[in-house]
Amino acid sequence: MRLQTDVLIIGSGAAGMYAALEAARHGARVMLVDRSLIGRGGATVMAQMTVAVALGEEQPDHWEHHLADTLKAGRELCDPALSRLLCEEAPACIREMDAWGVGWARKSGHISQVQAPGHDRPRCVYVDFVNTGPAVSKTLRARLQRTAEVQRTGDLLVTELALRDGACVGAYAVHTATGESIPIAAKTTIIATGGLTRIYARNSASINMGGDGYALALRAGAELIDMEFVQFFPIGHLAPRLVGMDPIMWDPFRYKLGGRLLNAEMREFLQEDGRYVAARDHATYAILKEVAEGRGSPHGGAWLSFQHCSERELRAAFGPVIDRLAANGIDLTRAPIEVAPIAHYHMGGIRVDAEMRTSVPQLFAAGEAVGGANGANRLSGNAITEAFVFGRRAGLRAAGLAGNTPMPVPASARAPAARRPELNPAAEIARLQAVVNQHVGPLRSRAGLARALDYLNALGAACAQLPAPHGSVDAEWLDLHDLRNMRLVAECATRAALERTESRGAHQRDDFPDMDPAWRVHQKLRLAADGLRLER
Amino acid sequence: MNAKLKVWRGTPGAPGRYEHYEVPFEPGQTVLDALRWIRVHHDASLAIRFSCINANACKQCLIQADGKTVYACTTRLAEREMTLEPLPNKALVKDLVTEIAPPDERLQGSAVPRKP
Repeated sequence: MRLQTDVLIIGSGAAGMYAALEAARHGARVMLVDRSLIGRGGATVMAQMTVAVALGEEQPDHWEHHLADTLKAGRELCDPALSRLLCEEAPACIREMDAWGVGWARKSGHISQVQAPGHDRPRCVYVDFVNTGPAVSKTLRARLQRTAEVQRTGDLLVTELALRDGACVGAYAVHTATGESIPIAAKTTIIATGGLTRIYARNSASINMGGDGYALALRAGAELIDMEFVQFFPIGHLAPRLVGMDPIMWDPFRYKLGGRLLNAEMREFLQEDGRYVAARDHATYAILKEVAEGRGSPHGGAWLSFQHCSERELRAAFGPVIDRLAANGIDLTRAPIEVAPIAHYHMGGIRVDAEMRTSVPQLFAAGEAVGGANGANRLSGNAITEAFVFGRRAGLRAAGLAGNTPMPVPASARAPAARRPELNPAAEIARLQAVVNQHVGPLRSRAGLARALDYLNALGAACAQLPAPHGSVDAEWLDLHDLRNMRLVAECATRAALERTESRGAHQRDDFPDMDPAWRVHQKLRLAADGLRLER
Repeated sequence: MNAKLKVWRGTPGAPGRYEHYEVPFEPGQTVLDALRWIRVHHDASLAIRFSCINANACKQCLIQADGKTVYACTTRLAEREMTLEPLPNKALVKDLVTEIAPPDERLQGSAVPRKP
């Protein structure tokens, strides 16, 4: 089987789905593919929190204020053109989502906006109850189901981009349900596969967030940027065991109810005084410091208490979620829960211009896969916003370029001859996650980063080539594929972190604890014949 | 203390089989935790469908546990033998994986046969 399309979009989170709708609106035939199920496999569907946008519904606001907060949070490292695009076009996207029936929470006839840490005013919209991501996914997916120009295909894993004369002319994919190799000819291609947080043992990601898009882009000759900047969400759920909820769920609780972050002495160590104001990078290091100095909670984090709230207040704010907590044995009126930093988002990614063009002709990127808009630390609420805005822009430009590009001749499927390495790839993924978590986590040192790099280099030979899958749902092959990509992007993050001899935002070195003005530069990575090249 | 799992393995058009696994039991663990443990420690070829791991957001890990349709990620492991099987009313793909996507979100022209 061979497929062809005007615009190929890889990944069906908010960025990919918005891009598909926009490309179709501008006359393109679109193929939207996902290794998982459409609209159900990436980060968007898991987002339980808020979306930053200068709507001015709660208080007067302007996108320039949103931009000022975004740049400030980014610790002087944002790409201003991308940050500006994110903030300036956010209101149009949020209003369009509203018109499409996403159901932003309202009060007194206007869209409700709450104040999140790092924002100068209430700016974040949401869908009750902790349902923002599922509502966003459902809305976009339902809209796509009524858009005939977009063909949607799940269980289709893109393993390599197809190139001709240095330009991207589609991709090679594997239909995982059958194992069939399928070449896809495309005039333009958009990578919307999200980030890399799965390389950490403690993460809030889906299993598809192992850096696939970065690996595809690198191997096609594109550049990555800011790969050392991984955001840890400070108050990810730690204990007691909680199932059926995203570990990030305490964020909306803190927006609405404040809550007190306490150390083992039951003392607030962030001077928040029951409010939710500390920036993510600061809160993460404060918690790790308490743990390091012996004042952590029993499982190695901090306590988060909502004991100041009555059952009635909790129910009014979170309705059915309170029942789900009860099913897990959690009663917030009686006891605090334990929280700790968790890998949540990647600021780095594929280098693009403000039209979402990568350095490879006919190849675009969108959403979290893009690096640069959020600098060294992302402002709360900007992730879904950038998915919408960058998806829309990428869809527009990819459709426009496809209109002037002839259909490339479909390339033949590759027949890889590589042999399978002698390892259990599921176990090796777990080992990689443990190493990266320990040494490339929120607190880094030269010795630890060097140890991680040694491990990743030693794994290189086993990951040099991807063998062919055998039959339907070849789970070992899927793990080999993931291990290969995770190893490559983990090497990118580690190499960049080793080189950056300062501390800035989400990159903290205990051997270089201060921010160095000389390091107000981006590090770029590309793949040369002899391996990764790091440049400033 | 171990939990015991009896897991259906197989592909369409061929007779399936049950495989027996023992998994270290910790209170609070889920069936999906146990299946992931089996893949890491015993057999990486076991096919399961899931994406969000623990959040019950992707709604992909639907299987049958002791004859009831459940999400593997929210079903707690029990200190007894549990029988895990693919959904009986969906086309089988492999092991515990079934075709749960609507037809217009699948590869057009791909035919996954029905479970006999």
